[in-house]
Amino acid sequence: MNNILAITYKELKSYFASPIAYVVIGLYALVYGYYFYLAVRFFERQSLQMMGFGAGAPAVNINEQLIRPVFQYSRVVFLIVLPMITMRTYSEEKRSGTIELLLTAPITDFQIIMGKFFGAMGLYASMLGVTVIHMLLLYWVSSPELMPILTSYLGLLLMGGCFMAVGLLISSLTRNQIVAVVATFAVFMMFWMINWIAQFTSPTTQAILNYLSITGHLEDFMGGVIDTKHIVYYLSFILFGLFLTARSVDVERWRG
Amino acid sequence: MIDVQHLTKQYGPFTAVHDVSFKAERGEILGFLGPNGAGKTTTMRVLTGYMPPTDGKAIVAGYDIQEQPIEAKRRIGYLPETPPLYPDMTVREYLMFCARIKGVPRGERATRVKTTMERTRIADVADRHCAKLSKGYRQRVGLAQALLHNPDVLILDEPTAGLDPKQIIETRRLIKELGGEHTVILSTHILPEVSQTCQRVVIINKGRVVAVDTPENLTARLQGAGSLYVEIDSLGADAQPVLLSVAGVRGVTVAERKNQAVGYEVSMAPDVDVRRELASTIVGRGWGLLELRPMRMSLEEIFLSLTTEETEAPAAAGESVHE
Repeated sequence: MNNILAITYKELKSYFASPIAYVVIGLYALVYGYYFYLAVRFFERQSLQMMGFGAGAPAVNINEQLIRPVFQYSRVVFLIVLPMITMRTYSEEKRSGTIELLLTAPITDFQIIMGKFFGAMGLYASMLGVTVIHMLLLYWVSSPELMPILTSYLGLLLMGGCFMAVGLLISSLTRNQIVAVVATFAVFMMFWMINWIAQFTSPTTQAILNYLSITGHLEDFMGGVIDTKHIVYYLSFILFGLFLTARSVDVERWRG
Repeated sequence: MIDVQHLTKQYGPFTAVHDVSFKAERGEILGFLGPNGAGKTTTMRVLTGYMPPTDGKAIVAGYDIQEQPIEAKRRIGYLPETPPLYPDMTVREYLMFCARIKGVPRGERATRVKTTMERTRIADVADRHCAKLSKGYRQRVGLAQALLHNPDVLILDEPTAGLDPKQIIETRRLIKELGGEHTVILSTHILPEVSQTCQRVVIINKGRVVAVDTPENLTARLQGAGSLYVEIDSLGADAQPVLLSVAGVRGVTVAERKNQAVGYEVSMAPDVDVRRELASTIVGRGWGLLELRPMRMSLEEIFLSLTTEETEAPAAAGESVHE
């Protein structure tokens, strides 16, 4: 565990020593903040309208009508920033030769991979952490339900974990960061679009594709529901991704 | 301390290292000599557990690097060809990180890093970023990293590459100091380095070991028919025919011309020592005999003869492999 933390610490340090962390966090904060602003204005207008209807009007729900859509729309930024988080994890170490330090140190490949995974997750979590400010603002002026917010964060973390696992795998396959970032983006796109494609296929294929969709499993979390089915999906996706990364590192060792 | 048995490493159809075997005792400094692409780095990478061998095995500090990699790696310090530095860390941060993953206990890390920095003379750049270091400093930070956990075995891949002459001398001195308590394997293609620092040499060419011996023995073995260097002040006369007339002299060539004196390279017939006759002939003529010494084959020449195919070297190499 100490070794995993050592790697995680090192990863986080190099994220924040380079512009990557600031670009990633800044971009997400910008897009999220803009959506948030638009959504608050829209919500405000809607609330006023509802008030005009008087007592019989349908109630407005700040969780469902403000927080959820903002999270959903701002998610698209992940497509661009998450590949940036993982692109250098392995590629950079291979290019600069520091991978030799890690692979000849008395630590296991598994510890290196987990350390890198947690490092990437740490940056991703601090990126999501920016949105806590917005939540606090909402609590200041209103009283949203806490549970759906917490499950949304849990879902977002798990979903991000899947993307990180894919990103790590791709980074371990190349020593070129540009190739890593573009390939990761392409694969993310594919997982992202599975839902859209699913709409045009037969019901059976649709069910399968929907199940595979990384984003599809997030909906229940956003609604405040924790379903083991989705947790199992996310965790097995992450573990499979990390397992493949371990194989890829091993193959690289043989190849030299 | 190090026992390499029939190590073979193939990259696809290409055999980088073929059936390499050698041993190194505790405290010994072993030089790994060979032209570029001979398989030095590959062998070292297998020894450090960076990559698995295709065949054969390596036992380092009593642990099989394949069977018990963690235990073996705890006892190995490795300086790769390019020092593995993280550009955005300071030297101190970097060494603290290395100490941590190499299993130096938390309480000892700071002092260990400090003493290692002093030993490798990098304390003055402790708070500078690795990216900003000169080649010489990078190399020494890499060396510090290898020494941090006080390993039994040090594997150094071209430790003096890119250093200036003063730094080279200092690094060699440090390596010599390290031998004795650590077993050191160092690779190089700089020959004087081997004769100055190493107790034994493994010469490797095209992935095969061609000789294992001490630098002195290698020199002696390949001496063959001897030759002498004679420097004479012949007072203007031509000494060449006179020297040739001495019994046992086979050939005389001018090696060097100085102001008055001329240096000759005199080759002798095998098993004949002509030094006495040569000296008395020269002195008898009333010339000045300024220098008379046997010419040793330098390690360069041995190396060339071992790694170049047309010479008689393979015979000499063959016997030394099976030591």
